Amino acid sequence: MDKTASYNDKVVRQFAIMTVVWGIVGMLVGLIVAAQLIWPQLNFDVPYLTYSRLRPLHTNAVIFAFGGSALFATCYYVVQRTCHVRLMFDKLAAFTFWGWQAIIVLAAITLPLGITQSKEYAELEWPIDLLIAVVWVAFAIVFFTTIGKRRIKHIYVANWFYGAFIITIAVLHIFNNLAIPVTLTKSYSIYTGVVDGMMQWWYGHNAVGFFLTAGFLGMMYYFVPKQAGRPVYSYRLSVVHFWSLIAVYMWAGPHHLHYTSLPDWAQTLGMVFSIILLAPSWGGMINGIMTLSGAWHKLRSDPILKFMIVALSFYGMSTFEGPMMSIKTVNALSHYTNWNIAHVHSGALGWVAMMTIGSLYSLIPRLYNRDSMHSIKLIDVHFWTSTIGVVLYAVPMWIAGVTEGLMWRAVNDDGTLTYSFVESIKAVEPYHAIRLLGGLVFFSGMIIMAYNVWKTISDRKPVPVAVIDPA
Amino acid sequence: MMDINDLRGLLTAVLLFSFLGLCVWAWSSRRNADFDASAALPLEEDHFMTNSDQESN
Repeated sequence: MDKTASYNDKVVRQFAIMTVVWGIVGMLVGLIVAAQLIWPQLNFDVPYLTYSRLRPLHTNAVIFAFGGSALFATCYYVVQRTCHVRLMFDKLAAFTFWGWQAIIVLAAITLPLGITQSKEYAELEWPIDLLIAVVWVAFAIVFFTTIGKRRIKHIYVANWFYGAFIITIAVLHIFNNLAIPVTLTKSYSIYTGVVDGMMQWWYGHNAVGFFLTAGFLGMMYYFVPKQAGRPVYSYRLSVVHFWSLIAVYMWAGPHHLHYTSLPDWAQTLGMVFSIILLAPSWGGMINGIMTLSGAWHKLRSDPILKFMIVALSFYGMSTFEGPMMSIKTVNALSHYTNWNIAHVHSGALGWVAMMTIGSLYSLIPRLYNRDSMHSIKLIDVHFWTSTIGVVLYAVPMWIAGVTEGLMWRAVNDDGTLTYSFVESIKAVEPYHAIRLLGGLVFFSGMIIMAYNVWKTISDRKPVPVAVIDPA
Repeated sequence: MMDINDLRGLLTAVLLFSFLGLCVWAWSSRRNADFDASAALPLEEDHFMTNSDQESN
């Protein structure tokens, strides 16, 4: 049999299954750190279990293990279907899977050991960074050579987003992690002081912009039309949306450094670009939601579409909230408070996780020659646990954030602070408890998903899918 | 004499006109056929191979 006659879905299946696994692991660690904020003794005085070491484990696991695996899976699936060609280099694609899993395992070992560069979302030390760079270059080779071999003239918009995601993450990762190693487990960044801060948040915000946004917009531009059974609302808007989003995102990073020693003009530049970003972000959100026009009735019977529409709604809310928080006067209230945690999780759970979950429910049956998941009812249950979970999570964190911001800035007539810091910690404790409950509800949905996926695939033997002949 | 600020102004103008050009390009009716064909790509259904498919290849 000619191998090029079928799509390479093995690597897609591997990444799709690991997405569910890492989603559960990453969110479980999130629950533990959320509980530690209420009951600090939950670290059991074991250094490997302290909040400071588990928190980066949580962020790395949910972003790079859960989100990353979802992006690899859908990217490999979408590029083959929309280029009418088998993925190039089977062995190199397999290497990206095993390499990425090895990186995740190394992260899970080194972070609890306290081995860290202390850069947010770039904690992993230099040997792991090198492995990430190698795997990422392999990913780029597999993706772009497949694009090069396409048998369709035009490159579908989802691939533009995936392509921008792959290139930009390579650039961000390499430049932010430039460091001088001193031992196998310790390195020093080549940047110092405020330049280091600016590099870190140029990286950090574009990790949000290109990993958690552009990549997932690629997913959205394929799986929302697929599930709705309708072409994207405006292909024209998708083209303009793509170019304006990637042109503007790159400059928004300084809003993480308001009122620091970063020069004032750079802070203002970051703020202005963050506000402009509202336009392309909402272009994408509107394009996704309007794809359902004429098919709104499907929301009644299809919980997968409900996942996608709620994800897009959270995307719209987060990308309104983000520009607002980047305004210096708003930032003076919100920065360093739990408002940030609310914002991040309405984006990460509401947008990224719900779009991923919806896409996986659409994708997994297709990978195992089934018409649909084992239980549609359980998808609906999962939808409600996710939706209620995000709301229970985000709302108390918003309230806690504003409470903290107001308490920290309150001053008495004589100029002294009205509240000590510990009083603000005490004030937000009930909100931390509701947040933990919200996380628990969201997490329970992931367990339901794991069961549903298991029942869908356990007795199925995958069948190769034929490459579509060029039109 | 040109200085860096003239270049900054020019760059802003170039980017603005690139954006407007992109909009004109995207909304041109000449793109209709290409864009319609592209937008239909996600709607294609997979064809699972049967044993005879696999043998004939």
